Amino acid sequence: MNEMANIQLSRASVAPRFPAHPVAGMAGTSLKHDHLPSIMANGVERGFFEVHAENYMGAGGPPHDALTRIRRDYPVSLHGVCMSIGGPQPLDKTHLGRFKALVDRYEPALVSEHLAWSTHETTYFNDLLPLPYTQTTLARVAEHIDEVQEAIGRPILLENPSTYVLFLQSTMSETEFLRELVRHTGCGLLLDVNNVFVSATNHGYSALGYLGDFPLEHVGEIHLAGHAEQADDEGDLLLIDSHDGPVADAVWKLYDIVIGQCGPVPTLVEWDSEIPDWPILKAEAAAAQAILDRHAYRFMPGKAHAAG
Amino acid sequence: MQPVDFQDHRHDVRIGYAADFAGPLLDPERPPPAFIAGPNGKAAKKRYAVYRNNVTVSLINALAATFPATLRITGVDFFRAMARFHVRATPPTSPLLFEYGYDFPDFIERYEYAGSMPWLADVARIERAWLDAYHAADAAPLPPQALASIPPAHLADTILTPHPATRIVRSRYPAVTIFAANRVGGPVTPIEASEPEDALVTRPGMEVVVRRLPPGGAVFLTRLLAGEPLAAAAEAALTDDSEFDLSANIAGMIEAGVFNDIRGGG
Amino acid sequence: MSTKSTVSATILAGAVATALASFASAGPMTEAEAAAAMDAGKEKCYGVSLAGMNDCAAGPGTTCQGTSTVDFQGNAWALVQGGTCASIKVPGDRAGSLEPLTRDVPS
Repeated sequence: MNEMANIQLSRASVAPRFPAHPVAGMAGTSLKHDHLPSIMANGVERGFFEVHAENYMGAGGPPHDALTRIRRDYPVSLHGVCMSIGGPQPLDKTHLGRFKALVDRYEPALVSEHLAWSTHETTYFNDLLPLPYTQTTLARVAEHIDEVQEAIGRPILLENPSTYVLFLQSTMSETEFLRELVRHTGCGLLLDVNNVFVSATNHGYSALGYLGDFPLEHVGEIHLAGHAEQADDEGDLLLIDSHDGPVADAVWKLYDIVIGQCGPVPTLVEWDSEIPDWPILKAEAAAAQAILDRHAYRFMPGKAHAAG
Repeated sequence: MQPVDFQDHRHDVRIGYAADFAGPLLDPERPPPAFIAGPNGKAAKKRYAVYRNNVTVSLINALAATFPATLRITGVDFFRAMARFHVRATPPTSPLLFEYGYDFPDFIERYEYAGSMPWLADVARIERAWLDAYHAADAAPLPPQALASIPPAHLADTILTPHPATRIVRSRYPAVTIFAANRVGGPVTPIEASEPEDALVTRPGMEVVVRRLPPGGAVFLTRLLAGEPLAAAAEAALTDDSEFDLSANIAGMIEAGVFNDIRGGG
Repeated sequence: MSTKSTVSATILAGAVATALASFASAGPMTEAEAAAAMDAGKEKCYGVSLAGMNDCAAGPGTTCQGTSTVDFQGNAWALVQGGTCASIKVPGDRAGSLEPLTRDVPS
């Protein structure tokens, strides 16, 4: 507690570089540089932008120039992709240092990472790879989250993954695993509703059942995205978390239920492949905003689980 | 937290999942790890293939994004096949994808099926340099007045500090012309050229600029970038190419923003 | 080296002065000044100047999603011609066109 108070104090004593745009109750979109001219020309009335931290870990140039301009006018969510928090090996200290530098530089409203791993020994695989859910992996992942949170001086939101395989050695469910991580580390959660739907379909369980077990009171951000359909070895439907199209109707329905239960949590529409023109992505965010606004009246200000 | 030496824990059950899961990701001949499955005893071959596919395709896509002119020259199928070999042989070691692909031009040079395009590796080298410049630290280029303020007697010993974005790529082929014609979309212009071309890549502001260097220019700038004084660099350039035009090169390097500061002389 | 230098201090000073003449104008150059600068500095830029490509090529980004494009096997492939290489002729080398492969390539 003292430590957190000190961090607050030291942060307060330094003049912020950017305005503290609140993110509560807002829908946002992934920031794509192709969309910058449209965003800059027309502005966005209400909303936030999420960036992948790693794409802004160069020394300078157009990426930082763009993010600086966006951050002046909008709340920004910093979404780490490659920390390998779910891997067994120690975190890459250099990478953690770069991540901290970005948090310090851009003062993001939201900071998140994944329950997954992407580096083994020295090879970086550029995919969110799965892990078994056991007491041993729980302890290791909790250590990693502690380390990240200590480094950046604030809690992170941890995202539930889309998975395609199960581990025979798993002894806990994913929701139980996430609940334990929250209890041990004080982190929040980023609930990706599309990931819930994809994993539930792939593993033959109920998405609503999963959400019933999910610690919704710790959700600080929600992700929505499109998915693609393929088939598994038995010819059954296998969903791919492809972020290459509009959010599916079933995912919108789940999202509506989630917001009804946990209030207007900041929500991001991800669209990372086959990126459409800005008005189409903006319309997806507007659809999320309409659901947020529809439920907002039932949640008193201050009761909503708004981060930032 | 205790530092963990993962070498010592390689066979530890706590660490095994990553090693065993990672092994077959870049090798389609190897079977999926034994400890994964689908629900209710379903097979996991196609399920594991999703991860193999994500890894391979995303890394090929990363190379395609770094080397768009190379891709346009070879066509998509050729490029993806070539990139797939490279991804498998040399996967990234950094989670920063804009640092991937430094070895790709050398791979292209050795790639048997690209042998009919000996200039292709140099085009790729310009593209790799372009991305370096894009992400390089911001710095103001040396203003012309800075050079004007140096007393003539001290000019010979003047040493200049490189701008962080500056890169030079030398080629025995017309690599800059081929790069320029293919880095943009639109109709294909036939290229018939044989002159060697050296590329200068700079980013004085937010925009990366690629230029073709005049005779002796690459030697002149390479020496200056390495920290040699002005007179010695000019000397080397003249030795390299008698057509070397000193004043034009000084004007060009200032205009292009090759340098950031004057480190001093003597 | 500096004692035998063919690039004397005088030559160097002259070259710098000539080079700087092309930047000398705080305001617009007169036509005569511009002509003189052009004469002296030849062309203002080094060779061709290829700017304005930032939008079409910003390099790779990370992924936090899967892909629906299946492309992980691909060891057996025939080289399909495409791209612009056929339009590139560099005398002294074999023509730039790709030769289709008929055999499989080992991984």
